[in-house]
Amino acid sequence: MGKVLAVVEQRDGSVRSGAREVMSAAARLAEATGGEADALLIGGPGVAGSADQLREYGAETIRVVEHEALATYAGEDHARVVADEVRAGDWAAVLFSATIQGKDLAPRVAALLDVPLAQDATAIEAEGDRFEVVRPVYAGKAFARVRIDASPVLASLRPNVFPAEERQGAGRVENVSVEVDLAARKSRVVEFEAAGGDIPDVAEAAIVVSGGRGMKDPEHWHHLETLREALGPEAGLGASRAVVDAGWRPHPEQVGQTGKTVAPKLYFAIGISGAIQHLAGMRTAGIIVAVNKDAEAPIFKVADYGVVGDLFEVVPRLAEEIRMLRAEG
Amino acid sequence: MEILVCVKRVPDTETRIRIGDGGRSIDPSGVKYVLSPYDEFAVEAALRTKEGLGEGEVTVTTFGDDASQETLRSALAMGANRAVLLEGAATMDGLTTAKVLATEIEEMDPPLVLLGMKAADADQQQVGPMLATLLGRPCATAVAEFEVADGKVVCRREVEGGTEVLELDLPAVITVTKGAYEPRYASLKGIMAAKRKPLEKKPVDVPESALVVEALEPPPEKAAGRIVGEGPDAVAELVRLLREEARVL
Repeated sequence: MGKVLAVVEQRDGSVRSGAREVMSAAARLAEATGGEADALLIGGPGVAGSADQLREYGAETIRVVEHEALATYAGEDHARVVADEVRAGDWAAVLFSATIQGKDLAPRVAALLDVPLAQDATAIEAEGDRFEVVRPVYAGKAFARVRIDASPVLASLRPNVFPAEERQGAGRVENVSVEVDLAARKSRVVEFEAAGGDIPDVAEAAIVVSGGRGMKDPEHWHHLETLREALGPEAGLGASRAVVDAGWRPHPEQVGQTGKTVAPKLYFAIGISGAIQHLAGMRTAGIIVAVNKDAEAPIFKVADYGVVGDLFEVVPRLAEEIRMLRAEG
Repeated sequence: MEILVCVKRVPDTETRIRIGDGGRSIDPSGVKYVLSPYDEFAVEAALRTKEGLGEGEVTVTTFGDDASQETLRSALAMGANRAVLLEGAATMDGLTTAKVLATEIEEMDPPLVLLGMKAADADQQQVGPMLATLLGRPCATAVAEFEVADGKVVCRREVEGGTEVLELDLPAVITVTKGAYEPRYASLKGIMAAKRKPLEKKPVDVPESALVVEALEPPPEKAAGRIVGEGPDAVAELVRLLREEARVL
């Protein structure tokens, strides 16, 4: 009993780094239920080559689906492949990443399997033969503890919340062959425009540098870019609703109730006063740093460390100090 | 073209959330309820599509209790033509909602179904793709902008690493995010007209759900932080704390 499946994401033929978190969570859950943790990896020809790292995070069996037509994500087809796999297996729980892709895929799989889904879980525990999931509601203003009386239990896991812990699994790779009827597809990706190099999405970034109205002008964003670059490739950019509504920054960067709810290990709130709906979206970050000229700003109530002052003086100095620190190794 | 928009009544996003007495839901007293912000984008998108095509009707529907009439009237005031209230108790289980909507949609058979990307209460972000799957229709989620032409709908989505253009065959289901559809304000004339627009109430059979909310809890308390200092002179100490105390650098 108690086997757990991690549905892992790949991009450009490689397992995404966030997949380690889902694999690791599956391994811990499987241990608690006395079962095994397995992985399901879907991608184009050759994707199996990147499956090795899953073994190091506890994968016993790695089911690999390689197909030309599945190299990039195709919602309807991916959902069908996952659902067919799950039906043929005996997993008690199936875990996804709560990424943009994962939150698109998991509901389709749930509908095909006729079981409920808990999206964006921040905790999942086994209680006897039942699973309990904790997930934020009202953009993090409250947390719901939910029980799912179905088999399998489906949940997508919020990025950066579940630690990726190394543990050796057997990592047996099993190839699965599937049919994909391209002519029957009712949806097609006709264009993809890569943006902003390899900057991680704000919902997935381990470090987030967020700017608000205190930035005064969209042309001042280079200060935040410099800070983000100093922090390294795990850092992404965020924004408050005010600056997105003003058209200074694109909506995909928005943090808060009508944007993304994030939980990075480190969050910089720069020139953000801290409206209730913004605080809800970032308060579960590991460490929060706020820079604001107003010492009374609500952001300082949730910040672990605050600096009161002119951000145009503080942020360049901060970027420089961090850059030097990292250069020292 | 007939366009159906599925909406939801939710607490205003500026509302402070308190846990209710039973510990399983929020305390509704003093809470202002609104049309969910993402659903407003969806209603706006539907109206602009109809206006662009110069024909068709926009129907709004919701699965909820009698109070949801008010939410439907808000959408009618924006310009939707008619409303259908699927009367029943909605839960956090999006699959139940999707099943209720799917039954209704099979009957109405609109070529285009729009929803907000997520409801600003349960945040489950799942009803759209579940509904599409139950109906066997293609689905694009988190769409910032779309265009209908020649039996297809071309959608722009912001995804990991860039922008994707996804083409769907109609009939299709789309969930809308913030993007091209800044919602219009309802005019006084629109609000008056909304009172006379048809709003049909239909009691529905609600399938049993296997998802149970056992408890609703406030977010974990965060220990009060500290002000490290003022101005750029505080930066050295801040960096030291981030490295040595918080160990995040």
